[in-house]
Amino acid sequence: MNFKIASSPHTHVRRKTPAVMLFVAIACLPGIAVQTWYFGIGTLVQICLAILAAVAAEAACLKMRQRSVLPRLKDNSALLTGLLLGISVPPLAQWWVVVIGAIFAIVIAKQIYGGLGQNLFNPAMVGYVVLLVSFPLSMTLWVPPLSLVEYPVTVQDTLMLIFTGYSETGFSLAQLRVDLDGYTMATPLDTVKTALTNQQTYQEILNQKVFSEGTGIAWFEVNLAYLLGGLFLLQQKIINWRIPVAFLLTLTLFSFILHSASPDGSASTILHLFSGATMFAAFFILTDPVSASTTAKGRLIYGALVAVLVFLIRNFGGYPEGIAFAVLLANMAVPLIDYYSQPKTYGK
Amino acid sequence: MDSLIKTIKSGYLWRFPGGVHPPQKKSLSQTGQIKRPELASKYYVSLKQHIGQQAEACVQVGDKVKKGQMLSRADTAMQLPVHAPTSGIVTDIREHILAHPSGLGEQTIIIEADGSDEWCQREGLDNYQQLPPAQILDKIKSLGVAGLGGAGFPTHIKNSRPEAIELLIINGAECEPYITADDALMREHAADIVAGINILNHLLEAKLVVIAIEDNKPEAIKAMELASADEKDIIVRVVPTKYPTGGEKQLIQVLTGKEVPSGGIPADIGIVMQNVATAYSTYRAVIHGEPLIERVVTLTGESISQAGNYWVRIGTPVAHILTQAGYNQPAEGRLIMGGPMMGFSIHSPLTPVSKITNCLLAPAMNELPDPADEQACIRCGYCADACPASLLPQQLYWHSKAREYEKAQHFDLFDCIECGACAYVCPSEIPLVQYYRVAKANIRQQAAENEKAEKAKERFNQRQLRLEEEKQARIEKQRLAAEKRKQTMQEDASAKDKIAQALARAQAQKASRSTDQAKEQAPAQSTIASDSKNNSPKSAAQAAIARAKAKKAAAQKADNEAMQSAADTDQSDIEKTAKEKAQAAIARAKAKKAAAQKADNEAMQSAADTKQSDTGKTAKEKAQAAIARAKAKKAAAQKVDNGEHANVVEPIEQSDPKTPEPTVDKPASGETNQMSQQDDKSQRIKAAIAKAKAKRKQLGGD
Ligand code: SF4
Ligand code: SF4
Repeated sequence: MNFKIASSPHTHVRRKTPAVMLFVAIACLPGIAVQTWYFGIGTLVQICLAILAAVAAEAACLKMRQRSVLPRLKDNSALLTGLLLGISVPPLAQWWVVVIGAIFAIVIAKQIYGGLGQNLFNPAMVGYVVLLVSFPLSMTLWVPPLSLVEYPVTVQDTLMLIFTGYSETGFSLAQLRVDLDGYTMATPLDTVKTALTNQQTYQEILNQKVFSEGTGIAWFEVNLAYLLGGLFLLQQKIINWRIPVAFLLTLTLFSFILHSASPDGSASTILHLFSGATMFAAFFILTDPVSASTTAKGRLIYGALVAVLVFLIRNFGGYPEGIAFAVLLANMAVPLIDYYSQPKTYGK
Repeated sequence: MDSLIKTIKSGYLWRFPGGVHPPQKKSLSQTGQIKRPELASKYYVSLKQHIGQQAEACVQVGDKVKKGQMLSRADTAMQLPVHAPTSGIVTDIREHILAHPSGLGEQTIIIEADGSDEWCQREGLDNYQQLPPAQILDKIKSLGVAGLGGAGFPTHIKNSRPEAIELLIINGAECEPYITADDALMREHAADIVAGINILNHLLEAKLVVIAIEDNKPEAIKAMELASADEKDIIVRVVPTKYPTGGEKQLIQVLTGKEVPSGGIPADIGIVMQNVATAYSTYRAVIHGEPLIERVVTLTGESISQAGNYWVRIGTPVAHILTQAGYNQPAEGRLIMGGPMMGFSIHSPLTPVSKITNCLLAPAMNELPDPADEQACIRCGYCADACPASLLPQQLYWHSKAREYEKAQHFDLFDCIECGACAYVCPSEIPLVQYYRVAKANIRQQAAENEKAEKAKERFNQRQLRLEEEKQARIEKQRLAAEKRKQTMQEDASAKDKIAQALARAQAQKASRSTDQAKEQAPAQSTIASDSKNNSPKSAAQAAIARAKAKKAAAQKADNEAMQSAADTDQSDIEKTAKEKAQAAIARAKAKKAAAQKADNEAMQSAADTKQSDTGKTAKEKAQAAIARAKAKKAAAQKVDNGEHANVVEPIEQSDPKTPEPTVDKPASGETNQMSQQDDKSQRIKAAIAKAKAKRKQLGGD
């Protein structure tokens, strides 16, 4: 009657790291579904490409670093990185764009730092920014919702476009983006940015078709779907409320102040919150555990910091959307934030 | 504090940060009476059961003991006696495995039960209210009452704090999953517990007593409320179930909103906490005179068929009690002493139940699965959210793993209470607490070593300082002596003296020339000797040798006078001090020795070192040394004699009994060896010196 020795605690929660990653991925599903509904099957193809590339890159790196490959692949972190990147890439971008991004995310942003848990930057966002800087054209070519395009894009078209650059019928992506009236569609944020630069007032912009007839609605619903997924994660206690809440509140506050000050010269709060990648970022990008702050106060600071940066870039920067840059900048500040936001220890 | 007490009375509760909700599993053992198992055949009573020192056994092998008889005597405050769990015979007193995570052994008294379970004489203090507190405390101590909740802190110490205590908290929270021992005790013995609380509070005179019970024990709450209904200073406070509410610091925070200062104890903020079971044992001890020889232990886990609570005698081997409770051991089974969060697994079935064993948890195979291999920390921060001490476990882990202990301490590693909440929630299954334990142990060890080194360094510095002072004093003395001599010399120095001195010097030179080997080495050695003014151990060694020689010289009374005068003459002679010459002479002698045997030299050195560390050196001694050196110069010049060398060592031995023997032996034997080698040479030297001496004496006489 001898007994085995083990160290306390002898009991553990049943939810392991692979499950945490998987939960996050699952929570993306409503958003992905809405995105596919409006923008076509391209989104799914991009996601699959990104996941494949990310997992392959991870396996190759682990092999090169002489680590056990399978157990580490099973942590699902590469899968999640690929998924997040795939979601961020325009649905009809060519295949190599997202593949390069995924490889970059895994190899440069993660494995070179020492693998899971060691990276300073959010890998998906590093991949995204690299693509944005290297292939600015491909990365900004978001198509209008399927219902609005002049030439309907079939599944074959999508695949052809992604893998060859031309649709079955020989249209290029640029042609496909033209809507029924010959108006090139862009994302709402993009449109607002361009129009505001062209001295149009915000009210005039809102009357444009982008908003009145669908694109605005499409993006609004995509954001809503991600918000839903995010609430699920909160409910499951997978993510902490502090980062998303701080982020969204700060963004609301700043955009509200600016919009109140100059209603014609800036986008409304609602537009800030429900277009672009706002909700997706709030619940799925900012909350990446490795690269975000881990203290209670630090999370609030981190969320607010990203919001401020996003607000600044959107309103005063050169890009219509600024989340990726904002996240990477805030990532750099995390060690500092963590250090100075240590909680007060019991009894000190 | 008064307003605080008012707030507490109003029912307000604070909350502590973090905490977790592991599956309770209390229902396994929560129902039914506390059972009494059969007696075991053998009991293993460890002399050390608690924090503090182990007491001395006061029985011998073969002694017949009665149940409750004292087995060890507690002489100091932090000691606690242990008592015989049943009547029987002491069959052995030896090292036996201890109920401790280390699995180490400790002196243990082994008693073979005779089955009659016959009590020894017991004597209670019925009228304790009329007795002085010291007498009650003494009773509590002599009956071995210790804190039964956690570390087994001696109860009499906690209850004799000199600080004013405002609040006495009786901990019945029992927040660890599975355990229901306190719960069962409260259900069945609420009145006795309250009686015990009254004794404890009689000693402390706290303004308020709060019995804290987690809300998952409704029956216990009811029983305690009923039992304490008539006590106006005792209130029962129901606290929400959350692990680790029952932790001393956390419970204080929940009940008072106060925090025990880091590194302090609850008494620092006017609070004392005792476990309900401790209150019960206090009652048994003070009122019935029963020593602490049994306690309630929860036997639980899915591989125990009759899970429940048992009265278990301290010292019962776990195997016995497991068998009684119907244990079916699964393959690769674990046995946990304590709960699943903080308990430790034990290896041996002969591990005895101790005063702090509140639970034996024997899980089935898949009940508490082993953690899988640890994965990378993903910095999810779940651990930080769970930590009741508001630490950042992921940072502690990071630095502990990297052995960056300073940084780990910067993140307050030592404020970690090892509750395991962080490791419980960690999705990467990192055994965080294990990392902290290792880091803490290493830091403590490092600190102990540093302290040792620091002490050694301090001792060394002090010695250096002392030696330096001695040297200064010596130099000053020599300077004064030289001045005096100069004066005398100016007054009555005659030409004759000068001639005598010159001759003597010439002769001495000649004599030294005749010692071939010595001559070669002497210059080098004398340089070293004069250098050695800065080299205290060496000069001190020389002083020691000189003193030794001086004694020898003094013994030769016949020569005494002549020597004295010669020494005087010499002293008044030159600017160079006698000391230097003496050193040169000794150095020469040493040189020979060194040539003969090196080890010899070292041994001498260490002998001298030992001598040096003798602190009570007085000025008188130093004066003697100075004189001796002068004499020694003379003596050395006169008799570079082997016998003398051998004697050098002897006086050292006599004058310092602390000198280690081997050190003494070695030079002596080396000396003997060398003696024969140097024989003719020294004969010649002796002859030459004697001649010079004679001449000088003659001249001096004239
Ligand atoms: S819970 Fe585990 S994985 Fe998460 S931050 Fe803490 S140590 Fe790292
Ligand atoms: S074991 Fe230490 S670090 Fe972990 S939760 Fe408990 S107190 Fe905090």
